[in-house]
Formats: sequence, structure tokens, C-alpha cells
Amino acid sequence: MNTLEGSLSILKNPAILLYILKGVGFTLVISVIAVGIGILSGSVLALVRNYCNSGKSRIFKWMAVAYIEIFRNTPLLLWIFICLVFCPSPEFFTHKMLGLSSVEIKILFKAAVALILFTSSVIAEIVRGGLNSVAHGQFEAGHSQGFHIVQVMIYIVLPQAYRNIVPTLLSQVITTIKDSSYLANVATIELMARTKQLLSSAYNYNGLGTVNVSDVFVLFGFAALIYFIINFFLSSLVRYFQKQAA
Amino acid sequence: MAGIFSANAWEKVWVYRGTFLLGLSNTALTAIAALLLSLFLGIIFGLMATSGKKGLLFISRIYVEIIQNTPLILQLCFLYYALAFSKNSIGIIPTGMIAIGIYHGAYMAEVVRAGIQSIPKGQFEAAQSQGFHYVGQMYYIILPQSIKIILPPMVNQVVNLIKNTSCLYIIGGADLISLTYSFVTGASTGGAYAPAYIVSGLLFFIVCFPLSTVASIWENSLKKRDVKTNTLRDAGDERMVVE
Repeated sequence: MNTLEGSLSILKNPAILLYILKGVGFTLVISVIAVGIGILSGSVLALVRNYCNSGKSRIFKWMAVAYIEIFRNTPLLLWIFICLVFCPSPEFFTHKMLGLSSVEIKILFKAAVALILFTSSVIAEIVRGGLNSVAHGQFEAGHSQGFHIVQVMIYIVLPQAYRNIVPTLLSQVITTIKDSSYLANVATIELMARTKQLLSSAYNYNGLGTVNVSDVFVLFGFAALIYFIINFFLSSLVRYFQKQAA
Repeated sequence: MAGIFSANAWEKVWVYRGTFLLGLSNTALTAIAALLLSLFLGIIFGLMATSGKKGLLFISRIYVEIIQNTPLILQLCFLYYALAFSKNSIGIIPTGMIAIGIYHGAYMAEVVRAGIQSIPKGQFEAAQSQGFHYVGQMYYIILPQSIKIILPPMVNQVVNLIKNTSCLYIIGGADLISLTYSFVTGASTGGAYAPAYIVSGLLFFIVCFPLSTVASIWENSLKKRDVKTNTLRDAGDERMVVE
């Protein structure tokens, strides 16, 4: 009981709560950015993979196919390691900012690039599913109205495709929030890494001088609760949209 | 690009090929054990969710929601450190097998549940009226019909499971990714980044690509068949209207 009280007192420390809260902020910002950019590049990949079927443009199709399949069939952690070594980081990301050291900012940028590359390939397949769900007659109708292929895409096909995939994209946000915890492998920035960091220095804060099992339960339980609240809210939204669509 | 064209670096990878094979076999071992556990949990909780009993449904919902809404790395660390600090440590790879098995069990449960729920209620009633027991009903009537709906997403889950063995790295695992990383950063072996990452990525790709391709081809052919039956049915309806 004594150790449990000590562990709970960790969470009463405002500095630690702020530290965790910042981690939550990083988790959310990284995930939203990854999904946002992922939607843009994923849409391009999906369009290229689906519609570059004629003549010379076919080479772009095969490039898109290769990109999607390679990223889909290898683990995210591998890409994080690869980006840490090979991804160049621009001048802007080599300074101290956001309460992180310049080294951490650099790692954050590189790992975020890996997450974005990985998420793009997943979203590309989601968008492709949306494109395939648009009835073929829509294309023909668009063409018969004198629309150019680009106009058909922008005004007719893409809006319908996106509307169909709203629930899937939202659940991809959940997946990306969970995937962002892979960043804990390389730097102490987001929620998961900060929780692990706190556990290893828990003896400083629980007033007992040792790390106990109750610290594991309290710290990881607290982090799990935060993840759960965010993701459960999102998955309830997904269910709501799915009901609307049905 | 550190050493992608350097024969020296490639030679180093070849000399230490045992490291990669050890990693691959550890990853495969973890994945197979985790897969068996997740199938077991998935079938149990999937059946619980479709049993129609409120209590069982509630338990399986709680399991699925808690597991699906928190990251695997968190669950793995939780399990590992809880065991370690209570002096019950069971080793890294067994911990990974259990954590990954429990995590994917929740996804398998959802797949099984969706598959069983896609079968019209009349089938259950018909089976019951023929005097089938619960097991017989599931085995002879429901399973053969739902297996084609269950298998494609299940294969996709297997691919995810194999990729997720990489999270063992955080607790100092011996899986393919972890060993690759310690190879490229090791004092005597370090430096051959590009060849080592290419080899380990390729090993993952060789295992995962056939699985995910089979799953998506399967899914598409099912979808096409669905469309065909639907249009046939619609055509039938129209004919009736005309008549």
C-alpha cells in the first residue's frame, strides 16, 4: 500500500503532469501532421496507381505500386532507423525549439518523415478503395458533359471518394496515434517515450528511492488511460459516421 | 548513402549473415507463437461477441476496446516492466509473444465477429430447428459460410503481426530489426547501414508481400462476386416488375 501511495504521488507533481501533457501534445501534433500530409501524398499515389494506365505514364503507375507495396510490407521501425541515417534535415530543424534540444528536434524531424512516408502508403490504399467505390458511370457522365479528366477527378470523383472514406481515414488517425509510439524507440519526445523515461527515474519522485511494480501500473496505466480516452473518442466518431453512411 | 555501393559493406553483411538469420528465426518464432495465441483469443472473444449473451458480449467489448485503443508498445512495456519489477521476468521473447498475441487477438476477435455476423439470422435458426448443437451449428453451418469473409482480413492481420514483432526492440529484443540495428551500430560490425537495412527490409518484404497480395486479390474477387450476385438479383427484380 505504501508503495502505491508513493507511485500515486508522482502524478500529483505538477511538473511531471506538464511533462506528460507536452508528450500528449507532441503525439497528437505528429499524428495529425502525418495523416494530413499522408492524405495529400496518398491521394496522388492512389490516383497515379489507378489511372496512369496508358503508354508512357505507366512507368509512374509502377513507381506508385512499388512505393505502396514496399512501405506496406516492411515495419515502420525499419523506416525510422533508415530515415535517422539517410534523411537530410533542413537548416530550420537544427535549432533548439519547443522545449527540445537541437538533437531531439533533428531526430523528431527525421522520425516524423518516416512516419509520414509510412502513413502515406497506407492512406494511398484507403483512397484507392474510395476511388474504386465510385461507380464507373460517374466518369462517363462527367466526360459526356465535356469535362476534362482532371475536372472529372476534382469535381466529380474525388469528392465522392473522400466522402466514402471518412470513417476509414478517421480510424487511420487512431492507428497513426498508436504508431507514433514507435518514436519512443529513438527519442524522448512523445507520450510513450516520456512515460518510459518517467518510470526509469521514478525513484526520484515516489519518495521511496526505488522503482516498484506500483510505479509501472500507475505510470503506464495513466498513459494507457490518455491513449484510450483519445482513441475511444475517435473510434466512437468512426462508428457514428459509419451509421450515418449505412 | 553510406555504403550502398561499397563492396566492403556488402561483404561485412555476408560475413555476419548468421546475425540476420538468427533475427529472422527469432521474428518467425515470435510471430508464430503470437499468431497461435491471437487466433485462440480471437475465436474465443469473437464467439463471445456473437453469443447473444449480454455478459459475454460486454467482456469481449471491453477486451477489444482496451486493446485496440492503446499502442502495442505501451502494452508490451507494461507487461515487461510489471513482470520485471515484481521479479517474475519470463524473458524478452516470451513476453513479446504474449503481448503481441493479446494485441492481435483483439483484432482477430473483430474479424471473427464480423464474419459470423455477416451470416443471415435465418441460417442460425434453420440449424437450430434441425437439432444442431452450438458446436455443430458453428462447425457445419456457420463456419463454412463465414470463412471466406474471415480469411482475407485475417491474413492482413498476420502481415501486421509480423511487422509488429519489431516493437520488441524497445525492451531490448532479439528480433530481426533489433539485431539489424545492433549490427549497424556495433563496435566491430558497424557502418554498413545501407546493405544491412536493405537485407532486413527485403527479408520482411519476402515474407509479407505474398501474404498481403493474396489477401487483396482474394478480397477483390469476393467483392466482384458480390457485385455480380447483386446485379443478377437486381436484374431478377426488374424482370419481375416487367412481368
